[in-house]
Amino acid sequence: MLKDITLGQYFPGDTPVHNLDPRTKLLLTVVYIAGLFTVNTWGGYALVFAALCAVMAVSRIRPRALVKGLKPLVFIIVFTAVLNLFFTAGDDILFQWRFIRVTQTGLKRAVAMVLRVLFLVSGTFLLTYTTSPLAITDGLEKLLGPLKKLHVPVYELSLMMCIALRFIPTLIEETDRIMSAQKARGADLETGTLPERAKALLPLLIPLFISSFRRADELALAMECRCYNGGEGRTRMKQLHMTWRDAAAFVLGALFVGAILLLRRLGI
Amino acid sequence: MSLIELRGLTHVYSQGTPFEKTAIEGLDLTLERNATVGLIGHTGSGKSTLISHLNALLKPTAGTVLLDGEDVFASKASIRAARFRVGVVFQYPEYQLFEETVAADIAFGPKNLKLPQPEIDRRVAEAAAFVGLGEDTLTRSPMELSGGQKRRAAIAGVLAMEPELLVLDEPTAGLDPAGREDLLEKLFAWRQARQAAVLLVTHDMTIANRCDRLVVMSEGKIVMDGAPAEVFARGGELTAIGLDLPAPALIAELLRRRGVAVPAGVYTADQLYDAILALRGEGGAPC
Amino acid sequence: MDPVIRIENVTYTYPDGARPALDGVSLDILPGTFTAVLGSNGSGKSTLAKHLNAILLPGAGRVLVDGMDTADEKDLIAIRRRVGMVFQNPDNQIVANVVEDDVAFAPENLGVESAEIRRRVDAALKQVGMYDFRMHAPHLLSGGQKQRVAIAGVLAMDPEVLVLDEPTAMLDPRGRREVIASVERLCRDRGITVVLITHHMDEAARADRVIVMDRGRIVMDGAPGQVFPQADRLRALRLTVPETTELILRLRAAGLDLPPEAVTPEACADAVKEALCH
Repeated sequence: MLKDITLGQYFPGDTPVHNLDPRTKLLLTVVYIAGLFTVNTWGGYALVFAALCAVMAVSRIRPRALVKGLKPLVFIIVFTAVLNLFFTAGDDILFQWRFIRVTQTGLKRAVAMVLRVLFLVSGTFLLTYTTSPLAITDGLEKLLGPLKKLHVPVYELSLMMCIALRFIPTLIEETDRIMSAQKARGADLETGTLPERAKALLPLLIPLFISSFRRADELALAMECRCYNGGEGRTRMKQLHMTWRDAAAFVLGALFVGAILLLRRLGI
Repeated sequence: MSLIELRGLTHVYSQGTPFEKTAIEGLDLTLERNATVGLIGHTGSGKSTLISHLNALLKPTAGTVLLDGEDVFASKASIRAARFRVGVVFQYPEYQLFEETVAADIAFGPKNLKLPQPEIDRRVAEAAAFVGLGEDTLTRSPMELSGGQKRRAAIAGVLAMEPELLVLDEPTAGLDPAGREDLLEKLFAWRQARQAAVLLVTHDMTIANRCDRLVVMSEGKIVMDGAPAEVFARGGELTAIGLDLPAPALIAELLRRRGVAVPAGVYTADQLYDAILALRGEGGAPC
Repeated sequence: MDPVIRIENVTYTYPDGARPALDGVSLDILPGTFTAVLGSNGSGKSTLAKHLNAILLPGAGRVLVDGMDTADEKDLIAIRRRVGMVFQNPDNQIVANVVEDDVAFAPENLGVESAEIRRRVDAALKQVGMYDFRMHAPHLLSGGQKQRVAIAGVLAMDPEVLVLDEPTAMLDPRGRREVIASVERLCRDRGITVVLITHHMDEAARADRVIVMDRGRIVMDGAPGQVFPQADRLRALRLTVPETTELILRLRAAGLDLPPEAVTPEACADAVKEALCH
């Protein structure tokens, strides 16, 4: 069912990872991704995997939650694997049948690419699982703060993002509901030619649009009633504070990058 | 033969995942033609899951749904047939309106049935008349209607499929008292005219009070099934599963707690009135 | 006592409206009172509510909140802070995806200092019994719980008046009971002025004062015990009479000596017992 999508979901908790400043987590995620793309040895991948496991253990995120989040990406991962496996040139042929040819380089590259995608997505999932969307938008807003000088409406953008995230589950539920209602009137959303199917979506999309506009209207009114007046002069309940924990996290991040560079140099 | 029969119906959501949840379990229920049955139970008791099985929107995890004795999930054709023979009006049905005119929206179901145009026109006119929407309303956009009119237009869209069983989930939610009463009368008149079965899902005990039979659900099971008098006589159990009592039954209960000897089984205003008058001068109350 | 809200001869017509939605309405709301507003659809009760915190401005007449005219742009925020508003659909008034962050939204907008916001958020959540849910995602809450979060979100502004526009219309009986109990507690224990717009007579029966609107005018105004016994008049206004009042009126007609103002089920049962003794 549509409701099962966990993308961007947050699992509240009270662990050292949860309690880090979102800016730290955002920056370290960037560092992690940069590190991941520098890796070119198996030892490097093992190190990245170890780092992921460590963060997962400290933040008490169950591997199961991560696996569930990765499920929708199976297609992309398989596609990446197939592409690299069959379309990498090389002389070290392992297997050949007509035009299909698997080389050792291809196999290695396929495994490496799959690991890269898995680690990349898992890393960002750990960020969203341990950081509330509001904290992420807060962190982004602060990090992008200097752009305000260039008249970029940073606050408004981050509020928009926050509201969008807030309403995703609501709209998914609504889609389910309207779909049921139209199916109950005999709407057929599953069979027919492509144009027929596109047309069959109208009874779903039109009510969804109308209701989204109504929601937007009501939400805007409710926000005004709660004295929303733009980003100017706003304060925050949760002040972002860098503590010794954040400093420690940055040190660990630096060690991580250092180790990756070392492994790369050593070719392990 | 019963119109619809549920045998050992069980539904488990997200089976095999950590989010697994049993919504209904081993449920048996039969619904007869020409009767209004009220389905009551608090939110999360499994009512919505149950009604989605009646028109084959959900496939049971275990158990069968029989329509006139035939398994609804036997084939694609039988599933599709069930969609049309069992009409379901979900909560806040006005949010499903999408066509340019009210008439076109009411015609959506009959069109999906692939009926000939004259038959569609007849059904649209008849359904609109049943819910009290005039000719002039039919040519307007659904978006221009008042809240109450939208609700009736959406219900007409399901009536136009001429279902043998009509299921309505909280059809009067959010309407004002006069609108509530008006809609109920129209639905009862429709059932009478078509000799159909109606299943009313409701929290409103004054509505439940007017059904021929009440089915009470709690935690995925049917816990009571009988005439309103029988069900409301078990007031304590109803309150225990988080349901309201009809006002007369509540007052009767409060009187009993104050030592007034109101007989059991009193649940309508008339019964309570008679019971109190009968107690007058009889010393039925401790003073 | 000075009224916290004073409505003076207000008339308002919507831009596309044929007749005025409010037609010469005057009303004083006293601090700490619980007022219920009844009326069939289109009677003008929501329009009236929207005038109380300057969402709509009167076409003629004026609305004063603590002596401030709602038409005065410079007092807008001050007025909105004093008069909090809760709407029908709980989903469409929650901004953030964590309960406590949502409750913090209004004081953040008001530029309240962060330690004070924390204090207010915790207090507001405790007052509506939602403190244990402060870290939850709103979409996983029940309707009644969401609506109580919405009320907490308004309480965090430290308002004097709480206006609720059909807050229970979309809730099940359990949710309705939770919300009405919270609202009653806020009024009785915290002295917050409550204006409750509703279709449910049993909710209105709990108020100090019931106002009935019809076609943009106030047509009845008094204690529930004075308003509800006027059964014929209420029916003519497309409203129902609480079943308690209905019973008492019938028993009175049959010669039982009952006070017509016993409108809650408890008061009704007490009165019937009393009458049977004589």
